Amino acid sequence: MYIIVAGGGKVGLGLASELMQGNNEVLVLERDPARAAQMADELGDSVMAGDGCEASTLDSAGVARADLVAAVTGDDEDNLVICEIARSRGVGRTIARINNPKNELLFKKRGIETTISATTAILAQIEQELPTHEMISLLKLHGGLELFEIKLPATSPVVGRAVREVLLPPESLIALVVDPGGSPRLPGGDTRLNGGDALVVVTHRESLEMLREALIGSTHGLDT
Amino acid sequence: MNILIMGCGRLGAQIAAMLDEQGHRVTVMDTNAGSFRRLREGFGGVTVIGNGMDAQALERAGVREAEAFFAVTQGDNRNYFASQMAKQVYQVPRVLCRIYDPGREKIFRELGLETFSPTSMGARVMIDMLLGPRQEAK
Repeated sequence: MYIIVAGGGKVGLGLASELMQGNNEVLVLERDPARAAQMADELGDSVMAGDGCEASTLDSAGVARADLVAAVTGDDEDNLVICEIARSRGVGRTIARINNPKNELLFKKRGIETTISATTAILAQIEQELPTHEMISLLKLHGGLELFEIKLPATSPVVGRAVREVLLPPESLIALVVDPGGSPRLPGGDTRLNGGDALVVVTHRESLEMLREALIGSTHGLDT
Repeated sequence: MNILIMGCGRLGAQIAAMLDEQGHRVTVMDTNAGSFRRLREGFGGVTVIGNGMDAQALERAGVREAEAFFAVTQGDNRNYFASQMAKQVYQVPRVLCRIYDPGREKIFRELGLETFSPTSMGARVMIDMLLGPRQEAK
């Protein structure tokens, strides 16, 4: 494949080196001549100094025969223009980096379907790790007690254990176990807990962190 | 007409002043408050500090009510981006866009924008001045 990467920042440089290892023909366009010269030390002939927003630059980069153009500069307006010009020159596939997630809508409206937003990707990761997704408050009871639904991750320290072996905070109780298929069971001391089970637990609001430690484990682990 | 102008440089300020004088409702936006000094004294329109590529700023400047949008900042790509926002996201009926680079202007025009390139137009006018019938000096 012949791939043009517009923008020689960290993203562009990293992308180009990866693509070159995959035996693709790659050309990086970088507007700043000093930066382009510096990159040529690393990428050799695969760097061209020039502004990817200018049709003439793209033309001399051979845009007409490119299979893909990736616009990865730090400016969304530049990335939009690069994709538009590339498409007007007949490039079938364009990929745009989006720096401000709010701009995604406009790229979609312009028919540039493949957009990559680091901010959006990181947000999605954070949302997945937010504790509220693991422990959902169902009901506040009187006396500071609260009912929670807790989904056991496969990495939970209590997976494979019987309910009687689980060390719960004081005044806490596993009231119900719902297996991944959706069937509820009233747990006894011998009930084994499995990954994916949803537990309905009564606990004290102050004991929430202890409960999380007991049932989900450390939230600082890398595996999610 | 309700008109929103992005960019209060020489051209933006001139357009704003002329349309205001003609009795239109004019709003000018610019990222730099200092740019509004270019507006003539007694300018009756509204000024808004903000970036015309930002949806929130555009809404603050009343893009939803605008009947016409001028993109006249110094950046061709910014003008293109903001014009497409006005046109495709906010459905402003008329969107006019200045593009310095004649190559880009042609492509954007083919993509359906109403564009104007002072470079192409200026070149044509000056060549006409040279080769056409000579104007009497005043």
